[in-house]
Amino acid sequence: MGLLALFRRTPSSASVAKERLRIIVAQERSARGSPDYLPLLRRELLQVIHKYVNVDPDAVQINLGQEEGHEVLELSVALPEKTRA
Amino acid sequence: MTEIIVVTSGKGGVGKTTTSASVACGLARRGKRVAVIDFDIGLRNLDLIMGCERRVVYDFVNVIQGDCTLKQALIRDKRLETLHVLAASQTRDKDALTAEGVRRVLDELIADGFDYIVCDSPAGIEKGAHLAMYYADRAVVVVNPEVSSVRDSDRILGLLASKTQRAEQGNGGVKEHLLLTRYNPRRVASGEMMSVDDVKEILGLDVIGVVPESPDVLAASNSGVPVILNDESDASLAYDDAVARLLGENLPLRFLEEPKRGFFARMFGG
Ligand SMILES: Nc1ncnc2c1ncn2[C@@H]1O[C@H](COP(=O)(O)OP(=O)(O)OP(=O)(O)O)[C@@H](O)[C@H]1O
Ligand SMILES: [Mg+2]
Repeated sequence: MGLLALFRRTPSSASVAKERLRIIVAQERSARGSPDYLPLLRRELLQVIHKYVNVDPDAVQINLGQEEGHEVLELSVALPEKTRA
Repeated sequence: MTEIIVVTSGKGGVGKTTTSASVACGLARRGKRVAVIDFDIGLRNLDLIMGCERRVVYDFVNVIQGDCTLKQALIRDKRLETLHVLAASQTRDKDALTAEGVRRVLDELIADGFDYIVCDSPAGIEKGAHLAMYYADRAVVVVNPEVSSVRDSDRILGLLASKTQRAEQGNGGVKEHLLLTRYNPRRVASGEMMSVDDVKEILGLDVIGVVPESPDVLAASNSGVPVILNDESDASLAYDDAVARLLGENLPLRFLEEPKRGFFARMFGG
């Protein structure tokens, strides 16, 4: 990174790009080889959650992982502050 | 031993054909016997970049369909005698390319003793791109320091690791390399463009070359002389370094910083 970027207060557009890519690439890598129904499952879960709280689409994370030889479906929902139902 | 190298990217227009042409020339210039094949069925372009468009009589699909022999379809380069071009077909029939047909052509080139077969992949992740990578031993993933190109490269890396013969057979997989191109050191320095290290970190892969954004590339395609053959150009030197690294040489990356005036002129007599 150049000197200029060091003195800048707002993050440079390149570092914004890098951060966004880091997240999306990690997400897409973990989706690789996972069942095709995951995106649909995620969408439907989002609809259900929406009935109770108003969350952003990116607040719902679904991951398929391995734990002691079992496949584990991990669901995490980041709730918005104060608007808890 | 023949090595099959696919030049691929996912995203279109990032520099695959430019890279295929220069890498093929660079290998041939080092005495290797090289065949470079255009897999972009329907959108033949490698012939133009190589400057042999008026010598195309038969193409890849003609060979596969038995309209001619491979020897008849291979175009020998006028500058480098160990370099041969196999043009893409202009047919709109995408099914003209078959895995079995591609295998037969590759096997014949291998039997003929070619050292390298460079496969210029079409953009996308459809059949043409799939077949271009399927039999590869190595992959040069061409990427621009830009979000959609980087993301698509990662898609391609996923396919290389699962949808290739080497991946299916489980014998070590395809050896993957990143080649960054259209790199603009000035914009990297000002924080407008991701750096080599950024891209390397996101994709977790080593870089075989960094080719600067250069007006010489357009001039090269205008004249049908691959940019690597223009010894005055930074892009040429960068491609030549990449070829050396493909052959196992250990060279530091250059042209990562904007050349200072004067100094630059002194170094290269420009
Ligand atoms: N280093 C560079 N500097 C400047 N321009 C470049 C550079 N590399 C490639 N280009 C330009 O980018 C454009 C696309 O290049 P090229 O045809 O090699 O891409 P491609 O990946 O093969 O495209 P497609 O996906 O359509 O097959 C061309 O106009 C080329 O001149
Ligand atoms: Mg191309």
